[in-house]
Amino acid sequence: MRLKKLFMGMAVSVIAIGSFLEVATADLKFPMLVYRTGAYAPNGIPNADGFVDYYRMINARDGGIGGEKIVFPECETGYKTQVGVECYEKHKKGAMVFQPMSTGITYQLIPKATADGVTVYSTGYGRTSAKNGKVFKWIFNAPATYWDGASIAIRHILKQNLGNIRSKKIALVYHNSAYGKEPIRTLEVLAKKHGYKLMLLPVDHPGQEQKATWLKIRKSRPDYILMWGWGVMNSVAIKSAASIKFPMENFIGIWWSGSENDVLPAGAGANGYKALTFNAPGTDYQVHKDIKKYVHEKGNASGDGSHFGTVLYNRGLFQAMVQVEAANVAQKMHGTSKITAAMYRDGMENVNLDAKRMEELGFKNFSPPFKNTCENHGGSGLAAVQQWDAKAKKWNMITDYMYGDSEVVSKLIAEDSAKYAKEQKIALRCK
Amino acid sequence: MIYKETGQYKSTYQSDHAIFPLMQDKVAFAILMIIAFFVVPFVVDSYWEKAILVPFLIYSMAAIGLNILTGYCGQVSLGTGGFMAVGAFSTYKLMTSFPDLNIMLIVIISGFLTALVGILFGLPSLRIKGFYLAVATLASQFFLVWLFNKVPWFYNYSDTGQITVSERTMFGIPVTGAEAPSYATYLFCLTLVVVFGFAAKNMIRSKIGRSWMAIRDMDIAAEIIGVPPLKTKLSAFAISSFYIGIAGSLYFAVYLGALEVTESFDIMAISFPVLFMIIIGGLGSMLGSFLGAAFIVLLPILLKNFMVDLVGLSAVTAKHFEITIWGLLMVIFLIVEPHGLARLWSIAKEKLRRWPFPY
Repeated sequence: MRLKKLFMGMAVSVIAIGSFLEVATADLKFPMLVYRTGAYAPNGIPNADGFVDYYRMINARDGGIGGEKIVFPECETGYKTQVGVECYEKHKKGAMVFQPMSTGITYQLIPKATADGVTVYSTGYGRTSAKNGKVFKWIFNAPATYWDGASIAIRHILKQNLGNIRSKKIALVYHNSAYGKEPIRTLEVLAKKHGYKLMLLPVDHPGQEQKATWLKIRKSRPDYILMWGWGVMNSVAIKSAASIKFPMENFIGIWWSGSENDVLPAGAGANGYKALTFNAPGTDYQVHKDIKKYVHEKGNASGDGSHFGTVLYNRGLFQAMVQVEAANVAQKMHGTSKITAAMYRDGMENVNLDAKRMEELGFKNFSPPFKNTCENHGGSGLAAVQQWDAKAKKWNMITDYMYGDSEVVSKLIAEDSAKYAKEQKIALRCK
Repeated sequence: MIYKETGQYKSTYQSDHAIFPLMQDKVAFAILMIIAFFVVPFVVDSYWEKAILVPFLIYSMAAIGLNILTGYCGQVSLGTGGFMAVGAFSTYKLMTSFPDLNIMLIVIISGFLTALVGILFGLPSLRIKGFYLAVATLASQFFLVWLFNKVPWFYNYSDTGQITVSERTMFGIPVTGAEAPSYATYLFCLTLVVVFGFAAKNMIRSKIGRSWMAIRDMDIAAEIIGVPPLKTKLSAFAISSFYIGIAGSLYFAVYLGALEVTESFDIMAISFPVLFMIIIGGLGSMLGSFLGAAFIVLLPILLKNFMVDLVGLSAVTAKHFEITIWGLLMVIFLIVEPHGLARLWSIAKEKLRRWPFPY
């Protein structure tokens, strides 16, 4: 009995200590919600490694941001919303920015972070209408949104068909969740505009079971397939497409469905598969050299270091870079290195990553330039198409960065954010 | 020594049938309630609220509900997630259709709506039992989740299928939405759990509860002595679903605030964990529902905080350890005491009675 009591006492005190330990840090805190376990780990690991390596490099090379060290406690979410909430509550005190890496958790955090005054940066995911800074003060989703992505994919298809896709059938294979459903409305509006027929094919979490989906595709033979997938769903879909001999160059994934992990399992069958991207693959950038020099050669690489230069690792670098840059901007704006969460938000809103600044940061030609403003939290909306070369095992950029259908997208964003503002009784900013 | 009932005479049937017949229990429970209602609200912060107390209370509610059905009436159910989804979506629809309705009322109406759905899905229990019934209730889990995902009316035609709570107040203090103070959401859940916990305890001790147990122990014998199986089984389904519906309603409105049905009411997220709660806690025990909820909800957080903050492991290593240790503990507890944590507690009480002179 004494043991039991002791155990219970320990239990309570551990939880208590756990919740108080986090308070005493004076550095810049960038908590990381990661998933290195579960069905989404194949994508979560390289991305998280990118973040960690970049932060470590900044700490080692520059001694932090403006002299303030970056601390980046990891919290394992397993891509689960409930755990995400726990992680957020645990780390929100003194946190500059949260990067949930999950559309579900982003939706969860939008009202909470707005109430607590913490920035949420969902890089190219999350709620699309958060682009409207007038309504979503604390939420940022630069440099591109899902609706940009959907319209860019359609634009790419239009270009290939010389502007006429009236008789075409386009299927959307999507993760049956808020994430996968995001592009549907845009694609429906675009279907009316361009006259193509849209087929919706949901795939349930975690995405291993797709037999029915691909049977339908075999039966109805769509001309193009778009995919909004994540985790193991991507590789299963690409394998299935290869096995039914679907022409891979007509299969286009969103930027979260275009990493090496997704195509490698399909082997040669994946050759020609396309995906959107807003950052370049490869290791030929200054930032990679710096990471090699300051982190990897010192033996401090995150994980086993094997994801260096992959698509999602590079995206992690990009995300981390924007977060660090926002702190830089905030420090300059407010003339202090010890910035608060509110100052950080100002910094994020005034991030201006033009070509020159990108080069200074070691990201020359890595990603198209973008800037945030009070009204626009969604950046440029530029993305390019990359194609997988199965023989060389590498991604090749096959188009320039292009804009989506901003006419359609901005109207939808205005509608959706107005609805949210009305529901939540939010007064518009930026007058 | 501690549990000495010597000298505690009962002179009326009423006092003999009290929920806590022993003075010591009464005092301990009163102290617990005073702490829960008058101390915790003043010290609770948002981490304790959002990560520990509110989920614990909500899962306890769901576990009480499932315990009524499975533990007391013997009908195995894997449909908990589906029924919680009914509660959550009723709440959402009621909130958006009747903006002036009080939140407490909305939660309780959601419970009743879930009870109706529960009766519907309880009908197969009149024909099939045991594992076969588990499969039938599993169908309700999949059907309901599919329904709320497929029919856009349920989520008011939002683009993503996400439902989001708006702010509602009790006595002028918000209890839902992001602005709600920690003590308010905590007290709101606590009040519901305490009130309906007592209701459940009393139902179990009265005629209806005895007829459930009669059906559980041997349905043919129960029928012969005059317990109507139709009424009894369906009442168990209805009342169980009522509790689970309230849990679902709170899960959406107070705890998460925004959710989508496929992820939040997944069978692995709700149905199995709640079933494990009552198995670990103790089938057919009120205390077991709470202990089980604590085990399943709090232990992973406890292990995580212990390993990450005190031992200093990395988040991912801690996660792997957490899964392993949690699974091991579950096996150990079930080997040590197959009747659950509640039984361990009653054994402990028995020992305390003889302490410090065991014989």
